[in-house]
Amino acid sequence: MLPRPFRVVERRQDTVDTATLTLEPVEGAPLTFAPGQFTMLGLLGVGEVPISISGDPGGALLLHTIRDVGGVTHALVEAQVGDLLEVRGPYGTGWGVEQGRGGDVVIVAGGIGLAPLRPALLRLLAERERYGRVALLCGARSPADQLYPDELVRWRDHGIDVATIVDHGAAGWPGRVGLVTALIPGIHIDPAHTLALACGPEVMMRYVALALLDRGLASERIRLSMERTMKCGVGLCGHCQFREFFACVDGPVFDYSELAPLLAIREV
Amino acid sequence: MRGIDELLREHPFFAGLDDEALALIAGCAANRHMHAGQYLYREGDPAETFFVIRHGRIALEAHRPAGGAVVIETVEDGEVLGWSWLIPPHRWLFDAHVVEDTSAVVFDGTCLRGKCDADPVLGYALLQRVAQVMLSRLQAARVRLLDLYGVPGASSR
Repeated sequence: MLPRPFRVVERRQDTVDTATLTLEPVEGAPLTFAPGQFTMLGLLGVGEVPISISGDPGGALLLHTIRDVGGVTHALVEAQVGDLLEVRGPYGTGWGVEQGRGGDVVIVAGGIGLAPLRPALLRLLAERERYGRVALLCGARSPADQLYPDELVRWRDHGIDVATIVDHGAAGWPGRVGLVTALIPGIHIDPAHTLALACGPEVMMRYVALALLDRGLASERIRLSMERTMKCGVGLCGHCQFREFFACVDGPVFDYSELAPLLAIREV
Repeated sequence: MRGIDELLREHPFFAGLDDEALALIAGCAANRHMHAGQYLYREGDPAETFFVIRHGRIALEAHRPAGGAVVIETVEDGEVLGWSWLIPPHRWLFDAHVVEDTSAVVFDGTCLRGKCDADPVLGYALLQRVAQVMLSRLQAARVRLLDLYGVPGASSR
């Protein structure tokens, strides 16, 4: 529960409202984590928020990609090299990518949802030979809002089938325009040997899950990362309660088989 | 060189249609190659064609008085473009801009409507398929109206 101080060693502005901070511990061992986990990231005197880890699980540095959507996230996005941040965690369940070994993996990301999926992709790439086809489908509001555009090119070069789509494109935009689910019919899916991971706005994930079910995937093979307001991060305060689940300890990554009945209930 | 009916048989839009039906409608179609940059039609033009995309990408664009064109949607391999040929007043509402070199089977809308009128079973089968495309695009458009990737809660502020 005690926060550890981390220093910002690099800051990159990803989009107009999103930045990636690279952090290293002021003292002690680097943070080890599983892809899909998050930390409670804070600034002394401002507050703390749950932020998914977006770095390499095999690396020594801690990366967080943060979108400026409120007071605390605004302060975090504005952090500069040399600033000290407070880190608790890592917390929560991971994607369980290794359970997809020997089969195919489909990753569907919407907007900032690509950030929590990045560690899973890096883990896949680190042991690429242990997986079959890997498809990454990315939706974004506009081309300028697409996260990690340079990495998408690199991942494609390393054997990932990358497809992107945006909600709006200016004339001359050569890519796809539409909903991210429009990318799903175009990919190869072997339902019995495919693991699907999805992260993005909850409404998007519901439609993505339905589209994957339509392609024959069992709900146990679809994993979604749920966003809920969190406070303690360790299952004590109940802020992130999701009926019988606490998103911070039982999630944020859930099997769709667990979530499907809950997603149909209003106000849960 | 493969016949039109063979090209149609391998396209997802026509899945389930029998060979006889495909041969019948193939008489209304031609195989066409279109180059990136070309406009297939413009807003307000008479809608007399139905594009069955084999390879490539076409953008539907809308023009705004200030700010130029915006891409509403793209269609590509395995999809179809255009339903206004089927439904009066047979007029295009957007521009269709080829953004990648595209190969398509292109139907004459008047000819195809004639075949549907003469053979209601065929007409119903085609209408079901067009309705499926309309439904999925309508649902996608509705979800996009939610501006899911926008700042949470911004629209209600």
